[in-house]
Amino acid sequence: MVELSERIKRLLPDAVLSAGSSLGQQYVVVRREAVVEAMRKLRDDETMLFNFMMDLTAVDYLGKRAHDARYEIVYHLYSLKHHHRIRVKVSVGADDPSLDSIVPVWKGADWFEREAWDLYGITFKGHPNLKRILLYEEFVGHPLRKDYPIKKRQPLIGPEN
Amino acid sequence: MSEYQMDLHTEPMILNMGPSHPATHGTVRFLLKLDGEKILNCDTEIGYLHRAFEKHCEAGTWTQVFPYTDRLNYNSAVQNNVAYALAVEKLLGVEEKIPARATYIRTIVCELARMADHFTNLGAATLELGALTAFLYFVEARELTWDLLESIYGARLTSNYVRVGGLSSDLPEGFAEHVRKVFIKNREFWREFDKLLTKNRIFLDRMRDVGGISQEDAIAWGFTGPCLRSVGVEFDVRKTDPYLIYDQLDFDVPVGTTGDNFDKYLVRMEEIDQSMKIVEQCLGKLPKGPININDAAVRNPSKADVKTNIQSMIHHFKNTIEGINVPAGEIYVPTEGSNGEMGFYLVSVGGGKPWKCRVRPPCFAITQAMGDIVKGAFIADIIPTFDMINLIGGECDR
Amino acid sequence: MEERNAEVAALGDSVILSTVDAVIGWGRKYSFFTYPFITACCGMEFMSVAGPRYDIDRFGAALPRFSPRQADILLVVGTISHKQAPILVKVYNQMTEPKWVFSYGACVCSGGMYNDYSTVQGIDTILPVDIYVPGCPPRPEMVFDGLIKLQELVAKERSSKWPRGEAEFAPKVKR
Ligand code: SF4
Repeated sequence: MVELSERIKRLLPDAVLSAGSSLGQQYVVVRREAVVEAMRKLRDDETMLFNFMMDLTAVDYLGKRAHDARYEIVYHLYSLKHHHRIRVKVSVGADDPSLDSIVPVWKGADWFEREAWDLYGITFKGHPNLKRILLYEEFVGHPLRKDYPIKKRQPLIGPEN
Repeated sequence: MSEYQMDLHTEPMILNMGPSHPATHGTVRFLLKLDGEKILNCDTEIGYLHRAFEKHCEAGTWTQVFPYTDRLNYNSAVQNNVAYALAVEKLLGVEEKIPARATYIRTIVCELARMADHFTNLGAATLELGALTAFLYFVEARELTWDLLESIYGARLTSNYVRVGGLSSDLPEGFAEHVRKVFIKNREFWREFDKLLTKNRIFLDRMRDVGGISQEDAIAWGFTGPCLRSVGVEFDVRKTDPYLIYDQLDFDVPVGTTGDNFDKYLVRMEEIDQSMKIVEQCLGKLPKGPININDAAVRNPSKADVKTNIQSMIHHFKNTIEGINVPAGEIYVPTEGSNGEMGFYLVSVGGGKPWKCRVRPPCFAITQAMGDIVKGAFIADIIPTFDMINLIGGECDR
Repeated sequence: MEERNAEVAALGDSVILSTVDAVIGWGRKYSFFTYPFITACCGMEFMSVAGPRYDIDRFGAALPRFSPRQADILLVVGTISHKQAPILVKVYNQMTEPKWVFSYGACVCSGGMYNDYSTVQGIDTILPVDIYVPGCPPRPEMVFDGLIKLQELVAKERSSKWPRGEAEFAPKVKR
């Protein structure tokens, strides 16, 4: 039996940069430009049928990776039919942390992308309503970036303490 | 539509509901566009309970994350502890070495917490529908369940019970007997709820055919847990990706048909019953033995050992000050929380602190569908629909 | 004067002399209408406080009013984030005087374990607080202890204390 990540690589030779498994979990790294195409294929292909977009988040590798690969967007997909899971990773740089939105593929990605924008400042191009979700509009900066100090408060009212 | 109504040029009314509204749990705001009582549009705003969970995790050691996980889904705090511990253990590669007794006890507390969560959810829902009597019953049933949990970990709500590689304490003496007594009462209560609600005309009218959603939509929005099962999709992480000892247990996964609020209620009621069964099975098979992994680099040695043995003392200091040394890697561990799939995605770059500690919040995905579900319904339908989604602020906003 | 004393003596035990303040305070302390401002985990414990086993009714504070205009005590239950803070102050300012603020839980008292960018470090930075009940969450017994202490406080209060005035509501950031 060929591993799932290997099969995905064969299915999407142009989009997948690398594939493998870590700690028994399958993952593929996808080219940033091809993410929507790849996701659509993963959802619709008979052998894949990933109908659940379980999780979407970003990781900030400040100081651990090169400047042009500072952020990584991580998707976790699940297929109800085949009962398999895959982790899809996309790398974006610090200067232009943006990629295409996958809301056209799974509408459930809506809030997850807003959250990633709110906390990490990743822009999702084509998102219908990309604005802050957990914090307030007046907040400056993106708190989960590694260079945002945890105690830097921006109160709406009351003293700064 | 009659001619009179046609001629009325009314404008839709904008109504703000929450966040300081008893039915929105203080943490959600609905911006409603109304035509009379009919909802034309519903914008949901969350984030009023954002408490920087991930930032705190990144600032502390692996062990210091536990108290913060309690406060995600605070109705079933210990489930979050277990899920996080499982994830870290997988990263460490020690999941095979966890003693069987610890795994059994983890299963027991998870299921007790699930019961407490459903009691709370249904109790709050009935209260908001005006059924104060049922609320009082539910709170008492939860109180009894909390007594059990309190006898294990000493706290009523915020557990902080599980540790990486084991547990903080063993079950108290006479626990099985205590469970037996409590379950007799809980089953009585369960029958009372059933009598009070399941065939109650008012309750039915408010719940049935309200808040339904199609299977395709539910899946596309990322529904999991009781809300997904109520539309008829049999997806339960305990069955599909078994963790702990769920693959050795005999229990059913209840599913609904239409996914309306009444189905969600029925699914939750049935799950309470199944959870009681699971706990009883676990107690019947509960093995004897240690509750902590025999590896001082993962789980602190016992206090007595620390005070007499220099090796243990060094480990104790190192584990406490530097944190457990977790090798670099990443992991996603799904578990079945009371609300749905709760997964921990951890990234380690080596060392004593998590680089990233992400939790997949089940009710976050479900709440985003709120606008879709209530469109076209009446304003009073928001209350049961929102209750049955069971939004938990701590989990949704983190 | 003597005549008057004799008159009072003739009335016997049927008359109690007191100040108006004391009578009002006594009346107030057993008839609190609460406004539960519930946001987080402490709210789950508050359900128990109101539930049958612990029963806040015994202390005359059972009836929650979900309109600030009708409430006497603002029970702040659960973490207050910076996004929530203006709403809390608004609710406080809408309440009619006399009013008291009950700070329920470590988060509300001091920020608790959340010393971070999003949490208000104790609501006393934005509101006057009358009673602090720390604990994460505080047990119901402790809440009642706090409630009884608040009752004692209210009973001793002088009417000159009121009105206390509005809490400052000056947005820092331009909207
Ligand atoms: S004090 Fe503790 S239990 Fe209460 S809201 Fe804060 S974190 Fe939750």
